[in-house]
Amino acid sequence: MKSLAELAAIREKMKDKIAMREGGTDTRVVVGMATCGIAAGARPILNAFVEGVDKEGLSGQVIVSQTGCIGLCQYEPIVEVYVPGKEKVTYVKMTVEKAEKVLKEHIKGGKVVEEYTIAKNA
Amino acid sequence: MKELSLNVLDIVENSVKAGATLIRILLEETEEILTLTVEDNGCGMREEILRGVIDPFYTTRTTRKVGLGIPLLKLAAEQTGGEVNITSRHESEYPDTHGTEVIARFFKQHIDFTPMGDIVSTIVTLIQGSPDIDFEFQHRSGATCAELDTRQLREVLGAEIPLNSPEILRWIAEYLHEQYQN
Repeated sequence: MKSLAELAAIREKMKDKIAMREGGTDTRVVVGMATCGIAAGARPILNAFVEGVDKEGLSGQVIVSQTGCIGLCQYEPIVEVYVPGKEKVTYVKMTVEKAEKVLKEHIKGGKVVEEYTIAKNA
Repeated sequence: MKELSLNVLDIVENSVKAGATLIRILLEETEEILTLTVEDNGCGMREEILRGVIDPFYTTRTTRKVGLGIPLLKLAAEQTGGEVNITSRHESEYPDTHGTEVIARFFKQHIDFTPMGDIVSTIVTLIQGSPDIDFEFQHRSGATCAELDTRQLREVLGAEIPLNSPEILRWIAEYLHEQYQN
């Protein structure tokens, strides 16, 4: 059974890690979570990135965040990836499987998954 | 929306945008009725805006101020014979007690009742997106009750550990799931 005491133990374990996370330019993964995004299935995609970043040990370098409607509702779920020093990449009509591939090949491996980008799907 | 929990995620986002620092999400279930209450201490709405939120086709707006979130919730409730009620106190008139309350009622036995779906995922997603806002969540159904208050978590974690750290989000998901299993 989970308890708040267990949370205190997690806090102790995390203290050192938090210090490491400070500073540096991070890669940002931004998931559209307005009505259009949510209705199109963005919630499991956001969670796939949150969990995937943690699993791949990228917590220190990658920030996963949410944004509103960017006016391309028909292409939702939309995920934007900002790598420092590189042009923004917009992935459209995402699924959990596509998210996993983007995480491995682009965010971890540095290679854009061209076939899921808006340029290839518009 | 395929799940009611997605409607919840969507309309709570309005409270976030209204600048709320505390958002209460309450789900109360009986055999027949599900009542959803979302209460926030955000900036509130003036009466003419409130009217616009309820009816997406009533608008004098030039820029888009409200969207389809509330109409979709209203649809989900009304197609079961239920309804949505919104009350709001705008900060200009209520400097100390401003905020908005949305109450939706659903008849669960109706064939068009949308299943709740993954409400735990909705709560985790809200905290992930707004780690500095406090959420008070309670889901009462018969004898069971699942609840979470981020103020309690903050008390244990202190200021230096954000609630949207992956370790903490995982803990929150497991904490809630366990309460549903009991």
